Amino acid sequence: MKLPQTHADAAADFLKDTERSHWHDETLWHVRSKRDASAEKIPEWEQLRTLASQIKDHVLSNLDNLLLKFEKNAQANGIEILWAKDAQEHNEHVLRILEENQVKQLVKSKSILTEECGLNHFLEDKGYDVVDTDLGERIIQFNKQVPSHIVMPAIHLKKKEIGDIFHEHLGTDEGADDPQYLTEAARQHLRQKFIQAHAAITGVNFGIAETGGFVVCTNEGNADMGTHLADIHIACMGIEKLIPRAADLGVFLRLLARSATGQSITNYNSHFHRPRKGKKMYLILVDNGRTKQLGREDFRNSLKCIRCGACMNTCPIYRRSSGFSYNSTVPGPIGSILSPGMDLKKHSTLPFASTLCGSCSDVCPVKINIHEQLYKWRQVITKEGPSQPSKKWAMRFGGNVMSKPKLFDLMGKMARKSLSISPRGFVYNSFNAWGKHRELPEVPKESFKDWYKKNRNK
Amino acid sequence: MKVGLFIPCYVEQFYPNAAIASLQLLEKAGVTVDYPLQQTCCGQPMANSGYQQYGEGAAKLFRKNFEGYDYVVCPSGSCTLHAKEHILSGQEGGPKIYELCEFLTDVLQIKSLDASFPYRVGLHASCHGLRGLHLAKPSELMIPEFNKPLSLLEMVKDIDLVHLARKDECCGFGGTFAVFEEAVSVDMGKDRIKDHEQQGVQVITGADMSCLMHLEGLLRREKKAIKVMHIAEILNGQIPNN
Repeated sequence: MKLPQTHADAAADFLKDTERSHWHDETLWHVRSKRDASAEKIPEWEQLRTLASQIKDHVLSNLDNLLLKFEKNAQANGIEILWAKDAQEHNEHVLRILEENQVKQLVKSKSILTEECGLNHFLEDKGYDVVDTDLGERIIQFNKQVPSHIVMPAIHLKKKEIGDIFHEHLGTDEGADDPQYLTEAARQHLRQKFIQAHAAITGVNFGIAETGGFVVCTNEGNADMGTHLADIHIACMGIEKLIPRAADLGVFLRLLARSATGQSITNYNSHFHRPRKGKKMYLILVDNGRTKQLGREDFRNSLKCIRCGACMNTCPIYRRSSGFSYNSTVPGPIGSILSPGMDLKKHSTLPFASTLCGSCSDVCPVKINIHEQLYKWRQVITKEGPSQPSKKWAMRFGGNVMSKPKLFDLMGKMARKSLSISPRGFVYNSFNAWGKHRELPEVPKESFKDWYKKNRNK
Repeated sequence: MKVGLFIPCYVEQFYPNAAIASLQLLEKAGVTVDYPLQQTCCGQPMANSGYQQYGEGAAKLFRKNFEGYDYVVCPSGSCTLHAKEHILSGQEGGPKIYELCEFLTDVLQIKSLDASFPYRVGLHASCHGLRGLHLAKPSELMIPEFNKPLSLLEMVKDIDLVHLARKDECCGFGGTFAVFEEAVSVDMGKDRIKDHEQQGVQVITGADMSCLMHLEGLLRREKKAIKVMHIAEILNGQIPNN
C-alpha cells in the first residue's frame, strides 16, 4: 500500500507560498494572543484548568456508569438514545432516522464528529443535500474542502477567496470581499435552508449525566435556528463528551471560548433537555475508537479534549503548515495524538510534526500532556508503524557510538577533521538536509575534552 | 557539595567555548567541579526520534559517570530535561540534575556577576528549559512572572536587553526535527531571527546551544552580522569574537 504524503512534504508544499504561509501564521498567532489577553483577566485561570482536568479524569475513570446514567436520564426526558460502535453504524443510524421520518431537507451545524464519521459524503451518496450552516463550514462546503481547523474551519481562506466562492455559489458581486456584505448574503441563503429543513443535525459539546441534557455551543446561533425550525433534532456525540453534573458546566464554558478565540463566552450555549411537543429528538453516542484509546494508559488523557483548538493556534508547526498538512479530521497537536490511535499507518508521521516545544500542553484548558504523548507515540510508531530502515540504522549506530566513550571521542575527532578538510561541495550535498539552508557549525581547534585534559586534569 | 559537569555531545565537539565558560562560571562561584571524562551524550537524539531503546547505552553510561555526585550541572535545558525525565527519574538517591542557569539561581543563589557586555542582546527562550524545567514563566501560563536566565543577564553590566514580539516562540530546531521537517524548521528559525533583527539585536543568547546552532546556521548562510553566544559565555564576561 502506498503511504499518504508525509506531514513534512505537505508542510514543505504549503511553505512554498511564503506570503500565504506568513499570513496564516500571523492570523492564528493573533487568535492565540486574544486567548492570552482573555485568560489573563481570570485570576483563577490555572485553578480552572486543574479543575477541568480533574473533572475529566473522573469522567474517564467512570465512563461506563456515567454513560448509563446519562442514557437513563435522557430517555426519561424523552430523548431517543442510540449507540454507535463506529462511524459506519453512526451514519446508518442517521440515515434510518431520516428515512423513518421521511426527511427530505436537512441542515447541520458544526460537528467535528460527523466530519470524523464522513457523514456528509455518506448522505450525499444516498441522495441527500446536507447543508452545513456554520458560515465557515458552508464556505468550505461550497469549495469542496474539509475543515482545516476545528473551530475556524475556513481559516485557510482569505477574504478575497471567500468573495470569489460566494460570487460563484451565491451570486454576490464579482470581486466583492466586504465581510459584512458577504455575511449578509450567507445569512439570506441559509435562512431559506433553515426554513425548508425537516431535520437538524448538531454536534454536542457537553452531555450532562445528571440531567440527561446536553449543551451545544455556537457563535452564530445556527444550531438553534436549525433545531427550532425542524421537526427532528439529531445530536451526534462522542462518548467522551460527558460531564457529571450541571454544576461542572461553568468550569468548561469559562475555559472553552477563552481558549478558542479569546471570547469570554461562546455567543450561544444552548441547553437541550427534551423534544418539544410533537417533535423528535435523537442522540447518537459514538465510540469509533474512543474506548480503544481509553484503554491505552499513555494516551487516554487525549480523550479529555473539549475541541477548543488552542493547541492549533499556538503550535508553530500548525501555523506554518496549515490544517490540511495533517490529513486528518482533527489536525494540529491534539490531532497528532488522537489520529495515530485511529490509523497508525496513515498517521505515522504526525507525532514527528513537532519540536516537542510543549506550548500545546501549557495552553490546553484541560491540561492534556500533548507533547509527552507525541513523544510516546513516536516510541510506538518506530516499533509498530511503517518501517524506516535507514533511520533505524542511523539511530542504532548513533546509540552505539554514544555508549562507548572511546569510540565517541574518535568519531568526534574524525567528524571535526573531515569537516575541516573536505571541500564545501562534498559537505553540502543533496543528502545534507541541515545544509540546505543552514551552515554547519565552524570546527573548533579542539574539543572541550581536549581542552579540559590540558587545562584542568591532574 | 560534589558537582559533576555534563557537557552535551555537540557542545563538547563543536562549541567548547560554551563548555569552558560554564566550567569557569561555576569555579568563580567557588564550586569545585569535576568533568568525568568518560561522558558522551544523554541519548536524547535517539529517544526523541522514537528509538529510546537505542539511547539506553548512553543512559547507562550517564548514570555510571555521575553516581556519587550530589549535583550534575549541564549548560543545556534540553539535555538536562531529558536526563531528568528519562535517565535519573525513579532512581533512589543518586545525583540531582540542574541546568546551569537554574543551578546558579536556585542552588548557588548568585546575586552578582563580574561581567560586562556592552551589546544589544536578545534572549532566546529554549522550549525544554522554559516549559520542561520552568526556567521562566511560559507565555501560556497565567502565573506570576519569573525568568531565571533573564535575571542572570540583568546582573551583567552595560547589557542592553530587548523585548521580543514573540518572547517564547520555538526556533524550530527540535533535534532530528531540524532535518526531517527541514522546511518548517528553517521557516521557524528565520521568523525567530526576524524578531531579533527588528529589535536591532547584535547578539542572540540562550541556555541551549542547540537552538543557537540552528539560528547561527541560518545567520551565517545569509551572511547576517548577528552573532550567537551561549548565556554562560556572557555571564562569564566574554565578548563576541569577530
